[in-house]
Amino acid sequence: MAYKIIASQCTACGACEFECPTAAIKMKRDTYIIDPKICTECEGHFDKPQCNTVCPVPKTCVKA
Amino acid sequence: MSSPIVISLDSLAPVDFEAMKAAATSGGCASTSCGSSDAPEDMDAALWARIKDHPCYSEEAHHYFARMHVAVAPACNIQCNYCNRKYDCANESRPGVVSEKLTPDQALRKVITVANEAPQLSVLGIAGPGDACYDWKKAKSTFEKVAAVIPDVKLCISTNGLSLPDRVDELVAMNVDHVTITINMVDPEIGAKIYPWIFYQHERWTGVEAARILHERQMLGLEMLTERGILTKVNSVMIPGVNDEHLMEVNAWVKARGAFLHNIMPLISDPAHGTHFGLTGQRGPTAAELKSLQDRLEGGAKMMRHCRQCRADAVGLLGEDRGQEFMLDKLPEDVVYDPSRRAAYREIVAEERGDHVAAKRQADEAVKEVAAASRPVLVAVATKGGGRVNEHFGHAREFQVYEASAKGVAFVGHRRVDSYCMDGFGEDATLDSVIAALAGVEFVLCAKVGDCPKDMLSAAGIEADDAYAYDYIESAIGALYAERFGEQIARAVA
Repeated sequence: MAYKIIASQCTACGACEFECPTAAIKMKRDTYIIDPKICTECEGHFDKPQCNTVCPVPKTCVKA
Repeated sequence: MSSPIVISLDSLAPVDFEAMKAAATSGGCASTSCGSSDAPEDMDAALWARIKDHPCYSEEAHHYFARMHVAVAPACNIQCNYCNRKYDCANESRPGVVSEKLTPDQALRKVITVANEAPQLSVLGIAGPGDACYDWKKAKSTFEKVAAVIPDVKLCISTNGLSLPDRVDELVAMNVDHVTITINMVDPEIGAKIYPWIFYQHERWTGVEAARILHERQMLGLEMLTERGILTKVNSVMIPGVNDEHLMEVNAWVKARGAFLHNIMPLISDPAHGTHFGLTGQRGPTAAELKSLQDRLEGGAKMMRHCRQCRADAVGLLGEDRGQEFMLDKLPEDVVYDPSRRAAYREIVAEERGDHVAAKRQADEAVKEVAAASRPVLVAVATKGGGRVNEHFGHAREFQVYEASAKGVAFVGHRRVDSYCMDGFGEDATLDSVIAALAGVEFVLCAKVGDCPKDMLSAAGIEADDAYAYDYIESAIGALYAERFGEQIARAVA
């Protein structure tokens, strides 16, 4: 259970990075990636995954 | 003939320092003794001191001082229908567009490099892409780093307002003196047509509810800034058929809450930009529609008319962009700030300005007198800064438009054009587009103009004149107006 970022669509704005409650998102080279081992889909923190909620590009931050 | 790109701040400094100085001190009036670097008559001195070096807050300052934007805060918490976050192009000039994003340390290196090379620099702004109050850590860190090295650079921030109330106290603590809020509506029903969603308190909100939250936060932010004495500019995107008439109401609301300046910006809309408005065929206003709305808003919150809707990584005087000269790969690894050139430039401007203000006053009086018996006229001016008619017609990438009327000589806007002359050749097609851009303008004043474009302009009913080359803009317009329209009166009377 984790989310992933479609790198080709990511604008690298970084909003997901600081909204992530578990610090699962890091910049790697030119894009952000989600560490599936750390991602909890925000369970226990928020109703909805924050990365997907804040992402400005549709269908870019999706269920892995 | 040199390429138009090299004309810019360089031509004012340092090569022209001496020329500027000579011009400033020549003539019967020893400029400094005029003492007219004073505040304009309708403004108190303390306020004037805060805005006189800010090209965006003072129309007068924009002839002398330059700003730079650093794109350090790319994350945003709202989506606007005129914005596409994926779009980026080095040749585009409009808000939100950048060629590269910077870390705070890279931004510091860039600011120091620009300050060393462009002494006109007075303002550092963070203006997107993204929202500086939302992507706050990076914005704050950039300001702190720069203020530690160049303490007299004015710090400036642009925001959509949603996170603004959370940051106001820190903005005050960091000495950020100028804040711009983009406010496109005060009616959430209209807001729903402009903002598809916002991200607020960890949730995505849509429709009227989203617009209501945004509106309330914007008003709260504006009120908090006013209470703390921070100068606030309100930017509104004019979207014909959506909020154009409504902006009258927006103007009244923001005036009541203490906004210092209101800047109505025309929607920039093109399918190629991939924005919602671009893709759905929403058009932007014409120059005439924009001016008409601005004219109707006179008397409300003060209008800003000299906005160039610059890129989020623009560098230089408004209306020019040297951003490409200061890309990351062109910056030296180690930079040391040298304050001497900025200090020297400021001294010269202080002298020149007194003289300019006096000249303006004279021109105003002359025009008022003639206009009482005549009609208003729009005059376009080719300038590369310093408040003078000093650009060749063919090199101009924009014309500044002034109105001579019973109110005197007033700046009313600018018209962006492609330079007509490229490496010595003039393109007829380009000239046609320049003529189209100058719709409504009767005279063009420039430092030089060739016979061929002059004849074509004349056939289109526009008279181009280089007789006033290097004069102050207002003096040139005053002299032209008195000559043409004063004579008419004389003839009519005789």
